[in-house]
Amino acid sequence: MLNVDSLEKGVVIDHIAAGKSMEIYKFLRLDKLDCSVAIIKNVRSKKSGRKDIIKIEDKIDLDLDVLGFIDPNITVNIIAGGNIIEKKHLTLPQMVTNVVQCKNPRCVTSAERSLPHIFKLVDGTKATYRCIYCEQEYSANTK
Amino acid sequence: MVRHLIEPMDLSCEEVDGLLDLADDIIARPQAYAHKCDGKKIATLFFEPSTRTRLSFEAAMLELGGSVLGFASADSSSATKGESIADTIRVVQCYADICAMRHPKEGAAKVASLYSNIPVINAGDGGHQHPTQTLTDLLTIRRLKGKIEDLTVGLCGDLKFGRTVHSLIKALTRYPHIRFVLISPQELRVPDYIREILEKEDIPFVEAERLEEVIEQLDVLYMTRVQRERFFNEEDYVRLRDSYILDMPKMELAKKDMIVLHPLPRVNEIDTEVDKDPRACYFKQVLFGKYARMALILKLLEVE
Repeated sequence: MLNVDSLEKGVVIDHIAAGKSMEIYKFLRLDKLDCSVAIIKNVRSKKSGRKDIIKIEDKIDLDLDVLGFIDPNITVNIIAGGNIIEKKHLTLPQMVTNVVQCKNPRCVTSAERSLPHIFKLVDGTKATYRCIYCEQEYSANTK
Repeated sequence: MVRHLIEPMDLSCEEVDGLLDLADDIIARPQAYAHKCDGKKIATLFFEPSTRTRLSFEAAMLELGGSVLGFASADSSSATKGESIADTIRVVQCYADICAMRHPKEGAAKVASLYSNIPVINAGDGGHQHPTQTLTDLLTIRRLKGKIEDLTVGLCGDLKFGRTVHSLIKALTRYPHIRFVLISPQELRVPDYIREILEKEDIPFVEAERLEEVIEQLDVLYMTRVQRERFFNEEDYVRLRDSYILDMPKMELAKKDMIVLHPLPRVNEIDTEVDKDPRACYFKQVLFGKYARMALILKLLEVE
C-alpha cells in the first residue's frame, strides 16, 4: 500500500468517489495553493470498495461548501497538532458558481460566454438548484 | 436600493395591490400624473421586435411627462458588434433613469439588473418571464370583475409554452378562492411544476380538453394561441383545433358576465365576430397595460 505521511496540520477530504478527486481538486482551486497537496486515488475502502482521498497540508481555512454540492458522502477532517480537531458535516451550499454549466440552450449564459454560471438552492430536501438567470433546474447529487 | 422587476413574484402581493390602486387613480385622474416624470427618460432596449410592448412602455412614459429613447431591434444596437448586456446597461444608465428590456435569451433582464444602477423592467426574456403582462392581466381582471378573488379562471390553448399563462397562474395563487380550469390538448398541458404549485397550495383546478364543455363555469376566459407546429401529428391538430377557437356558438354557452382576455397578438383563436360581444375585453386589456406600466414606472422611480 502506498503511504502518504499523516498530517500535522491541514485538511483531509475522504470518501471521495473513486476517480472524482481531480474534479474536486479543480473545483476547490487547489492548484492555486502553495502548500503540499496529495491526491490519493483508488484507495481500498471497506465502505465503498474504492475511494479517493485528498490531503492538504497547513491550510485549514478553505471554503469547502461546494463539496456538499458535489457529493454529500464526502467527509472532511480538520487536523491540528496531528489530531482530528473537527469533522465537518457537509451541507448544501446556498449558491454555487461555475461548478456546473446551465444546459438550457435558451439561457442567456449560452450567448454571453463571460457570464458566471450561478445556481441557487431552491429545495434543500431534494437538493434542487435553479440557474439564477433562466431558472433551469439542476439536481445535485445525481451524478 | 434600486428596485427592478424581473419576474412577477419580485413584487409582494401588497405591492401588486398598491400598483393596481395607483393604476386605478391614474385612470381616474390622468391630469394629476401628466407631469410626474417631467425630465425623466425611459430607455426601451428591444433586442427583438415587439411593437405592442414597446409602444405601451413608451406611451406610459410620455403620458407621465417623461421622454423615451432606445432601439427596436438588435440590428440597431451594439449587440451586433458583440457588446455584452452588462456593458450595454452600464452605458444606458448614463443616459436614462429607467429601462425596459426585451431580449430573446432567458435571464437577459436579470443579467442587466445585476450590473445596473437604474431600475430594469423585464419586458420579456425569451419564453421565460413577462411580468408587466401579468400586472396588466391582474389590473384588467380587477377593473372588469371588481375583485381578484372568488373567481373561476379558465386558461385555454397552449398552456405548456405560454409564459403569460404560467406567470398569471402563479400570481393568481396568491389571491383567495381562485379556481382554475385548464383547457388544452394533452400535448400542451401546463408543465408539472405549475401543477405541483396548485396541488401544494391546495388550489382547486381541473384540466379539460374541450372549451365548449367547460366554458359555462368560467368568470374569466384567458385565451392563448395554439400553434400547429406544437402538435405531434396533423391528425390531432385537425381533431382538436376547433376546440381552441373561440366563436359565437361557444360564447352562447358562457355566462353573461364572463370576460375574455388574450395577451395578443391574436391569429385565429378568437373569431373576429366575438370582438363585437361586450364580453370581449382584450383590447381594453391593452389599454390597462399602459396604465399598469405607468404605475410601475412611478413606483420604480419612487415618484410620489
